[in-house]
Amino acid sequence: MQWLERRRRRGEWAARTLFFLCALAAVALLLLIAAYVIFSGLPAIREIGPGNFLLGKTWDSANGENPQFGILPLLLTSVYGAAGAMALGVPLGLLTALFLAKAAPKGVAAAVRYLVRLLAGIPSVVCGLVGMTVFVPFLREKLDLPAGDSLLAAVAVLAVMILPSVVELAEDALAAVPRSYEEASLALGATEAETWFRVDLPAAGSGIAAAAALGVGRAMGETMAILMVAGNVANMPGPLRSVRFLTTGIAMEMGYAAAGSLRQRALFSIALVLFILILLMNILLHLARGRGKEG
Amino acid sequence: MNHRQARRRAGDLLAKALLWCGAGAVAALLLAVAGYVCVRGAAGISWRLLTEEESVLRGTVGIFPAVVNTLFVIAASLAVVLPLGVGAAVYLTEYARRRWLVGLVEFAAEVLSGIPSILYAMIGALVFCGRLGLQKTLLAGALTLAVMTLPTVLRTTQESLKAAPDAYREGALGLGVGKWPMIRTVVLPASRDGIVTGCILAAGRVVGETAVLMYTAGLSTVMQDFSSPQGLLHASGATLSTVLYVYAKERADIGTAFAVATVLLAVTAVINLAVSAVGRRARRG
Amino acid sequence: MAEQTILSARGLDLYYGGTRALRKIDLDIPARQVTALIGPSGCGKSTFLRCLNRMNDLIPGARAEGSLTFHGEEIYARGVDVTELRRRIGMVFQKPNLFPMSIYDNVAYGPRLHGVRSRAALDGTVERSLRAAAIWEEVENRLKRPALGLSGGQQQRLCIARALAVEPEVLLMDEATSALDPISTARIEELLGELKSRYTIVLVTHNMQQAARVSDRTAFFLGGELVEAGSTERLFSMPRSRRTEAYLTGRFG
Repeated sequence: MQWLERRRRRGEWAARTLFFLCALAAVALLLLIAAYVIFSGLPAIREIGPGNFLLGKTWDSANGENPQFGILPLLLTSVYGAAGAMALGVPLGLLTALFLAKAAPKGVAAAVRYLVRLLAGIPSVVCGLVGMTVFVPFLREKLDLPAGDSLLAAVAVLAVMILPSVVELAEDALAAVPRSYEEASLALGATEAETWFRVDLPAAGSGIAAAAALGVGRAMGETMAILMVAGNVANMPGPLRSVRFLTTGIAMEMGYAAAGSLRQRALFSIALVLFILILLMNILLHLARGRGKEG
Repeated sequence: MNHRQARRRAGDLLAKALLWCGAGAVAALLLAVAGYVCVRGAAGISWRLLTEEESVLRGTVGIFPAVVNTLFVIAASLAVVLPLGVGAAVYLTEYARRRWLVGLVEFAAEVLSGIPSILYAMIGALVFCGRLGLQKTLLAGALTLAVMTLPTVLRTTQESLKAAPDAYREGALGLGVGKWPMIRTVVLPASRDGIVTGCILAAGRVVGETAVLMYTAGLSTVMQDFSSPQGLLHASGATLSTVLYVYAKERADIGTAFAVATVLLAVTAVINLAVSAVGRRARRG
Repeated sequence: MAEQTILSARGLDLYYGGTRALRKIDLDIPARQVTALIGPSGCGKSTFLRCLNRMNDLIPGARAEGSLTFHGEEIYARGVDVTELRRRIGMVFQKPNLFPMSIYDNVAYGPRLHGVRSRAALDGTVERSLRAAAIWEEVENRLKRPALGLSGGQQQRLCIARALAVEPEVLLMDEATSALDPISTARIEELLGELKSRYTIVLVTHNMQQAARVSDRTAFFLGGELVEAGSTERLFSMPRSRRTEAYLTGRFG
């Protein structure tokens, strides 16, 4: 019987080790990605100079004689794009979340929730396609522009695309507000809507902050949809200008940059900047969630 | 009722109307997008489109290779991410005793799920296509996507493992069964629905992903050879969403792009229905 | 009756869906006195209390029949402004349910809702309410700190202050001391004695000693019915009903 017992124990040990390695894989992959991004991103920044790289207003990497690697236009476009998408998407998302969590009859809530989830699943190229064939021509005609591909078009598409994440997280946060807060408010003579806006919204504050941080992360990371509507010229951002984001900046040139060239290494540097921004958003998200759990 | 009270009551109604309008706008927006895509895509959809391949010589358009490529990428990435994700989730819920370790893995998964796909595209191209010598192949794309979908599978499995009642575990352990046989025979079957949900969600992300596959799996629209191991290893081409981008942006064939978009929407709807069907079944127990 | 009746139930029934939670309640509640509602759990005392400010409206399927009046006006009549009713009939709950805001903002929440905007007026109301709830000295120097940092007993007195800030006429207390330690409970009981000169207080308690200590009148509920009501002294010394006597002597409950 002893050999059986020994075999069993060895089996247990093997299973445990295997699962441990699987769990470690997530951490290892993240470290690997971080290491890759950092080590391949730093050299070009050093070569170009951090100031020239981050604050340079011209991105002209294909220029054979005098290439320029200033990513300020891309950086600002990403920041403005995310901010614009939040300005449109967060209020609408919050209203929808409040509706779902508090105001909606059960059946209606289920239907709207299904639609929101469907929206979350729509591939970004489909969103891009609709933006490209509906919104871009609309802008061009209404505003009498030479082309409708612009920051504004990208912001509109992004606002729609971040809605599901904002709605879902904000609804969870609102649904988690203790019923007793609402009772207290109603017992003081508040109306239902006053209670939702003045008690539930502030009480769900950290959850809503998490929803917003997630939305910013999504907006900054989106590539394909805005590649199809933003025009992709590395201008300093303006609402009706053709613009290039950090993400689309990488996507535009990845296929063309020769391996090992400064141009390719500069793309890695853009990736590093993007990675840091996303990491910051993740840390904010994490903090907001952590605070939500404590409160 | 005095003036103030009347104003407050009006404010209440107004606020409620605002909420209905907000949610209505979101619902209408989605229906409009879906409706528009379907109306413009319906004209282009035909049996031939779905079952034939594109031929410049004959002037035909077909997305059959893209359908097959998509299925292949789903299968290949699931084959990697399923054991990895489930294994990690099992470790976190069943074995891990140190809370900081669980927290660390969860944080890593959270960050991984937030990394933009263009970064995955870049690193996939660098590591799988370049360093590991896979070239631009569906396999390289699938491996990159396996990394990208790991958090999804990990998290959904973890949720469902947590939901499995401790009584099951105690019952099995009480019978003198070892830990791993207990997990295999009791815990994993009990959380089957969660694992299935994770797989469906991962498949959904694979179907919707474009950036990664554009740079790691190639853009070819002709039929690849899936009949031999060599073929599987070297197959390279566009999936449905990549093909959409190619038609829309590079060939300016908007009609076909909308037809593909309609197919993608239908797949998305099916995936959503499947997830909620599995979720309902899990709740019923 | 010598004293003025402020709240009055006549043949009041309350249904939760198909179940009848209250049967034909007849009860008068006199102004500026403390009325205690006692009885075993599930007897309907809390349900009755929640009828008085229509908090039962929040439960889907709850429906009241019969007559329930406040200053002679039907509480459940159509067109009654529930928010105004709840302003005039305040409530303190079993567990302190302060908002996750500062102490000041908790107390100022109600007045702000009801249209008080000026800083000076708010400051005055907050201080008055906190003093009335006998907690001013304890929080005077940390009005801007989060209310949830206070002890349980302080939180409950702050809840009372918050309820007083909208200048109600009636204060409903739903087992408001049951989650507190004996010292905090004693402070609140003492406070009730001070408050009754200005407010009508209706309190639900499962603690008979408390009812005997603080109330002027007591009503005994059992199985959704009002068994008997009367002056506390009389009810505790010479209950008219066998069932009251059995409950008071601890034979059930």
